[in-house]
Formats: sequence, C-alpha cells, structure tokens
Amino acid sequence: MRPTPAPSARAWRILPGAATYIALSIAAFVSVFPFIWMLISSTNTSIDIIKGKTSFGDAFSTNVANFFTLVDVPLVFWNSAKVAILTTLLTIAVSSLAGYGFEMFRSKMRDRIYSLVLLTLMVPFAALMIPLFMMMGKAGLINTHIAILLPTIASAFIIFYFRQSTKAFPTELRDAAKVDGLKEWQIFLYIYVPVMRSTFAAAFVIVFMTSWNNYLWPLIVLQSNETKTITLVVSSLASAYYPDFGVVMIGTILATLPTLLVFFIMQRQFVQGMLGSVK
Amino acid sequence: MALAKPGGLKRYYDVNGWLFIAPALALIGIFLIYPIFRSLFLSFYSGKGMMLKFAGFGNITRLSNDPVFLKALINTTTFFVIQVPIMIVLALMLASLLNTDKLKFAGFFRTAIFLPCVASLVAYSVLFKSMFSVDGVINQALMAVGLIGTPIGWLTEPFWAKVLVILAITWRWTGYNMIFYLAALQNIDKSIYEAARIDGVPAWARFVHLTIPMLKPVILFTTIISTIGTIQLFDEVYNLTEGKGGPADATITLSLYIYNLTFRFMPSFGYAATISYVIVLMVAVLSFLQFYAARDRS
Repeated sequence: MRPTPAPSARAWRILPGAATYIALSIAAFVSVFPFIWMLISSTNTSIDIIKGKTSFGDAFSTNVANFFTLVDVPLVFWNSAKVAILTTLLTIAVSSLAGYGFEMFRSKMRDRIYSLVLLTLMVPFAALMIPLFMMMGKAGLINTHIAILLPTIASAFIIFYFRQSTKAFPTELRDAAKVDGLKEWQIFLYIYVPVMRSTFAAAFVIVFMTSWNNYLWPLIVLQSNETKTITLVVSSLASAYYPDFGVVMIGTILATLPTLLVFFIMQRQFVQGMLGSVK
Repeated sequence: MALAKPGGLKRYYDVNGWLFIAPALALIGIFLIYPIFRSLFLSFYSGKGMMLKFAGFGNITRLSNDPVFLKALINTTTFFVIQVPIMIVLALMLASLLNTDKLKFAGFFRTAIFLPCVASLVAYSVLFKSMFSVDGVINQALMAVGLIGTPIGWLTEPFWAKVLVILAITWRWTGYNMIFYLAALQNIDKSIYEAARIDGVPAWARFVHLTIPMLKPVILFTTIISTIGTIQLFDEVYNLTEGKGGPADATITLSLYIYNLTFRFMPSFGYAATISYVIVLMVAVLSFLQFYAARDRS
C-alpha cells in the first residue's frame, strides 16, 4: 500500500502538474498550427490567405486545378521519388558496408581513417558546392539526377550510425557462420542484414526524408523544368513576384505528404535513427 | 584451414576490411576530400566564370572591403548566437516536462512537438511567409490579444525580418533537439530525482543541478550540430525573401551570399570559395571552443 502524501505535499504536486499541461499544450499548438494553417489555406484564395483567414473556404478545387495546370505533377513527383529512393538505397548499401567493415575488421590504420571520415561531418556544404558544380559541369552532368545522387551517397553520419549499431550485432552469430564456411560477404548479406533490419529501417527513414527535402544542391544542379523536384517547384512558385498562395499551399501539401506518411508509419524507427548518433 | 597460416588472420582482416569500406572511401575522396581542397585552391584565384587567374591574398583584401560580406557575417553570427541558446533551453525545458512521471497524453505531446521536423525546410519557410504577411494571421492574432497595436512588417523591416528567421528556425528544430534530451533523460535513474524531491530540492534547482549536468554530453552534441547547421543557414532565408536575403540584406547569410556570387550573377568562383572558407573556419573554431568549454574539469 502506498502512503497517502500529506495535504501540502499533494497540493505541491498538483500545482506544477497543471502548469506542465498548459505549457505542453501551448508548445503542441504552436508546433501543429502551421500544418493546420496549410490545410485551411489550401481551401482559400491567395488574397484570403495573406489576410489571415482562419476558416475553410471553397477555393480548394480551383487551387488544385491551377496547380495542375502550372505544374506537370506526375513528372515532378516521379523526379522527387526517383532521386529520393535511389539515394536512399545507395546510401544505405555503401554506408552499411562501411559501418560493418570499420567495426568488424579493426586496425590502427582503418580507425584513423574512420576518425577522418567523422571529421568530414563538420565540412559545410557551402565549401563543397562550387568545386562540385565545376566537376559536374566538366562531366556534363548538369541537369541530371545522377549529379544529385553522387555527392550525397557517402554520408559520414549514416556510416557512423551503422558502425555504432554494429557494436550490438552478436559476434557468436558471425563466428558460427564462419565455422559453417560462409564467406564474409555472405555473412553480411544473409545474417547481418536480416538481424539488423530495424537499424536498416531507421536509416531508410532518415535518408529518405533528408533526400526528399534536399534543396540547395538540386537548386544549383537542376535548371530545367523537366528535371525539377517538388521542393524546387514549391520554392519557385512561392518566390514569384505575386505568388498565388492558394496554389503554393497545394504544393506544400504534396511536398509534405510523403514525409508525413513515412513518419507516421515508421515513427519508432525515425526516432531510433535520429538517436542512433548519441548511443 | 587458411586462417591457421602465420599472418593469415591479419591478411584476412585487411583484405575484408579494405573491401568493405572501399566504396565509401572512394566516394568520400572524390566528392568531399577533393572538393574541400579544391575550394582552398580556388580561394587564391579571382576572375569571372572560368577565366581564373592567380590572385594571392587578393580575395582576402576584397573580403575586408566588402560591405555585403560583412553584413552576411554579422547576420550569420547574430542568428546562431541568439537562436541556438534559446532553442536549446526551450528543448531542455520541454523534454523535462515530457519526462514528468505519469504524464497523461505524453505520446500525443511528444509527437505534436516533434512534428515540425517532418516539414521540409522549403515548405515551412513558405508557410511562415504566408502566416507572417502584414495583414496575416500572426499579426491579427497578436493584435487581438493586445500585444501589438499596429501590424509588424515581418518581411519588410530589417529588425523584424531577423526575428522572423529566428522564430522560424526555432519552430523547426526545437522538437528535434528535444527528442535527444528526452532519450537521455529516460536513461537517468528516476530514484536520483526522487531523493532530491524528498530532500526538498525545488523543481528549478533539480533542473539546473541534476538535469543539465547529467545531460552535458548530449547538450554539447546538440549545440555543436545546431551551431554548424545555423552557420550554414540557407533554405529558410532564401525562401522567406525570394532569394534576396532582404530587406536591404538584413537576412543575407554567408551561404546565401556564396550562392548569389556563384549562381545568380556572373560567377566569381574564387571569391565565393574564399567566403566558403570563412564558414569552414567558423565551424572549426566554434566546435573546438564548445568542446573546450564543456571538457571535464575534474
């Protein structure tokens, strides 16, 4: 049985409780409001939006129709999906191999190289973009999706994440597989990948979101309408001299929907992936 | 068995070790290591487009006489000096609130506060731009509760434009940092808090003397990544200000200035590369200082 706290102690406990709920409710409201605003505004005209109308209107179908006339939606979506999915698969393949390699076959030399890889986390993209742009120009890859992919595949952060997670991989499994005569790539493919599937899922979510939302590098490299991704389209619609915010809202909804879906379906993996770096 | 041979094990280790990391190393070498040195090399050249000629330290002289660069440097510094501490404290407070024992709707609150992280930088900048227009929903709400008498020109007045950028980044990243603290808090033994509470330590003192010291490594980690992120600020200012960093360069950042120098006007690759090295230096110095400040004094 639990002792009943003295009245004063109980009051002391209830009071901060109420403040806690009020503070958290305010924070939750502020966090969610722009999403609600996006949904409400998608049904309003541009003038109503900049005048701050907070009720649903009847301009939704007009906004959708205008968006579909201005933008080749299937093409733009296909561009975004293609880049995001290919980037994700390649990044995960390269980084999981590297994470496994760095952790399973340790040597002084490779540990030193690993520290160097981690150091690249601090390199700002602004210091890379000019040489990368010149390289892509020389290789004739401006305006191609390959140019977007190549520099983003090797991610020090994801390599780090895989190496940290590999520390939890049971060594007995690997030893048993070796006794059975499996080669190292077979151990990786048939034992490591299935055992570590939650690590892979978390990495998938993180890389997919980053890639889908990627902006600066595609802005530099993709200059024709045929190759543009959804983030670029939303950005250019919104930076028109007189932007039609009703149309822009349809764009932001379409740009946000895939990441929102991935987040709600794989929330646990998402958080796990983010935290992977501080384990 | 081959492994039994002398040196066989080492060989096995080396062959596999290098093979597994080779693809990553090749890509990092070509798309990270090479460009960072190439940038350094370029920063000693000047000229328009591909017509580059050696300029020695000419770009550095040009830097000190360039008012836009100075503005970009001051703005970028202002953004991270003000925004990062506000966000870290806010995130810490929210995490401790969410870590309250037997909190109802904890899952709902956590998901809601984390939700901004899902929005792309472009999408939320555009949303903020529409919310903060002169007659917009935010000004109306502020006037309705009597906080302001006349509408604020969030996008037209230099001071308020900076405030808007800070508000926007704080909205987008507080939940992200909070999740790190929440995870760290959940690993802390609750009995320490219980003992402090029984001893009559008030909530704020538990926060200052227990929570913050125990979370020091995570706070350091998040401060460094937030600082590095804010120094590189680009997407938000570009999309809030139609790529101009206005009004009157009030929100131009170093990254935006580099972009403008390289891709908006006739490209000055060399000069832009010099500015990019200012960012490299800032990141290196600040990361070092933060590590140094947080080192164990014991």
